[in-house]
Amino acid sequence: MLWDTIFLALREIRRNVMRSFLTILGIVIGVASVITMVTLGGGATVQVTQQIASLGSNLLMVTPGKRMGPGQRSTSAPFRVKDAEAIARDVQSVGAVAPAASKPATAILGNENWFTAITGTDNQYLRVRNWSLKEGRQFSDSELRAGAAVCVIGNTVRQKLFGGLDPIGSRIRLGKLSFQVIGLLEAKGQSSMGTDQDDLVLLPLRTFQRRISGNQDVSLIQVSVRDGESTEKAQQDIERLMRERRHIAPNADDDFSVMDMKEITKMLTGTTQVLTGLLGAVAAVSLLVGGIGIMNIMLVSVTERTREIGTRLAIGALEREVLMQFLVEAVVLSSTGGLFGILLGLAGCLGLKDALKVPFVFNPGIVLVAFLFSAAVGVVFGYFPARKAARLDPIEALRHE
Amino acid sequence: MIVPSQTDKPICIELRGVTKVYGIGLAAMYALRGIDLQVKEGDFVAVMGPSGSGKSTCLNILGCLDTPTTGTYLFKGLDVGQLDRNQRARLRRHYLGFIFQGYNLLYRTSATENVELPLIYRGIPFRQRRAQARHALEAVGLKGWEKHSPNELSGGQQQRVAIARAIVSGSAVLMADEPTGNLDMSRSHEIMELLVNLNRQQGITIVMVTHEQAMASYAKRVVHFLDGLVESDKQNGSLM
Repeated sequence: MLWDTIFLALREIRRNVMRSFLTILGIVIGVASVITMVTLGGGATVQVTQQIASLGSNLLMVTPGKRMGPGQRSTSAPFRVKDAEAIARDVQSVGAVAPAASKPATAILGNENWFTAITGTDNQYLRVRNWSLKEGRQFSDSELRAGAAVCVIGNTVRQKLFGGLDPIGSRIRLGKLSFQVIGLLEAKGQSSMGTDQDDLVLLPLRTFQRRISGNQDVSLIQVSVRDGESTEKAQQDIERLMRERRHIAPNADDDFSVMDMKEITKMLTGTTQVLTGLLGAVAAVSLLVGGIGIMNIMLVSVTERTREIGTRLAIGALEREVLMQFLVEAVVLSSTGGLFGILLGLAGCLGLKDALKVPFVFNPGIVLVAFLFSAAVGVVFGYFPARKAARLDPIEALRHE
Repeated sequence: MIVPSQTDKPICIELRGVTKVYGIGLAAMYALRGIDLQVKEGDFVAVMGPSGSGKSTCLNILGCLDTPTTGTYLFKGLDVGQLDRNQRARLRRHYLGFIFQGYNLLYRTSATENVELPLIYRGIPFRQRRAQARHALEAVGLKGWEKHSPNELSGGQQQRVAIARAIVSGSAVLMADEPTGNLDMSRSHEIMELLVNLNRQQGITIVMVTHEQAMASYAKRVVHFLDGLVESDKQNGSLM
C-alpha cells in the first residue's frame, strides 16, 4: 500500500512538473545553502587544524602558574634552566627541550626602530618549533655558554629594519646593548591565532638572562615529543617530574601547567565550529521558509483537487488513505528538493573552494541530516493540507466547481 | 425484516421513513420528509422529479455518502445509519460504484489509471489491477483507448471510462447521478444502452437520478419524487 501511495504521489507530481519544480525550489536552495555553509565551515576547521599541526602536533608547552581560565593564570615561581635539563634527562619520550624567556623591547638600526619581542633560548627552540634558518647560522656552543651578544632575527624584523638589505653580520641595538645578527629565520607567516610569528628576535638564553632580564628565570619550556611516543604519557611524566622538583604536596594542585597542542587546537576549531553552526542555522531558516512554500502549494493543490478528493472518497478511500496520499506527496516533493539541494550544495562547494581558499571536505553526516530534515519539513508542512483534504465532506467536495 | 416480494430476488436497498433535515429550528429545511423505498437486487430504478424534490439527497443517502436524519436505511440488511465515516467508506469500496454527471475523472491521467483507482484502495496488486482495468474498459467498448487521458476523449468516452471505473471492482450496485446530463442525445442513448446491458447481463443493480423522461424509459422502474416525498412508483411496462 505504501508503494502504491508513493507511486500515486509521483504520478501526481508528474502531472504538474513545472509547479512541482517551483514548489521544491525553496527546499533546494535551503538544503544547498546548509550543505555549502557546513561543508565550507568544515573545510575551514580542517585548515586551522592543519596549520596548527604544522607547528608540530607533538609540542608540549610547560609554563609556571596554573591556568585558571582563558587568559588567566595564577602566579608562581618561574622555572630555571635546570628544570629544562631535568626534563631532557629524566623523561624518556621527549626529543628536544627548549627553555625560553621573553620580553618586549625595541630593536634599533640607524634611524629605523621596531617594537618586537625578544626571546632568550637555545638552538633546541628551532627544533621544537620545526623551524629552519633562511640565512646565516645558529648559535654556537661557546656563544651559548658565554652569553655572547649575537642574535637571530625573524623575517618581519628584517623587513622593518633592513628593508631589502642583507642583515647577516650587521649589528642592531636592543635597549642599550648592541648585538650582531648571525641568522635569519625562514618566514612562517601568520599563526592561526592571527599573530605574526616572524616578529621576534632570538638571543642565547644566558645573554638574555644576564643583559636583558637580569634574573635566572625561564618562563616557558617547550618540549617536543619523539615520533611514535604518546603525548599524554610525556605530559604525565613531565607533570610528575615537575611536582617532585617543585616539592608540591600530594594532594595540592599543580602550580604549573603542561599544555598539549591538541588543547589549543580544540580551542581554535571550537571557534570555527561555532561560526559554522551559526551560518548553518541561518541556512536552516531558509529551509523552513521552503517548507512554508510547500505548505502553501499543497493547500492550493487541495483546493484545486477538491472534486478529485471527493471522487476518491466516494469510491471508498478512507480518511487515512487520503491523508497519507497528500502527506506522501509533500514528503516526496520535499525530499526530492532535498536531493537536488544536496547536489547543488556540493557543486557550490567545489566551485567556491578555490575562490575562498578552503579545502573541500565531504561530510556525509550533514548530507544525511539535510536529507532527513528536508523529508521532515515535508511531513510537518504537508500534514495540515493533507488533513484538510482528508476531512472534506465527499458530497460537498463532489459539488465543488 | 424482508418484506415479501413478487419476484424471488432478495431486497438490496431499503429505506424506511427516511427524512433528511438541513439546518435546525426555524431555519430547518426538509429535503426528505419520509421516504419508504425498496430496491431488489438486479433492479434498474430511475428516480425523477423537479429540482429540490430531494432526489439527489436520496441518492447521496443510498450511496452511503450521507446518513438519514431519522428513519432507517438498510443496505443488504445492514443499518447504514449506525456506521461511521470510515465504515461507510469501506462499504462503498466493496459494494458501490458511482457515475457522475461531470464524469469526475482525474485529469492528465490515462483511462487505465483512472479505472484502476478503486482497485488501488482495495489493495489489489499492480498486475491484476492492470488486467482488470483493461477488461473493464473493453466491457464499455473502449478497447484501444487505454492510454488516452480524459482531455483526449469525447464526453461519451469519458462517461464510459467513469462507468468502467464504477464496475471494475465488481460492485453490485451502481449509483448514477444524471449520467447523461452533459451528453447529446445519441451519446446519451449509447450510455443508457450500456447501462441496460450491464443491468441485464451482469445483474448489476442500478439507481439512476435523471430528469429526462427519455432516459428514465430505459429503466425497469421509475420513481417520482415531489417535495421530499415519493409521489409515484411505477414499473416500466414496455421493458418488463
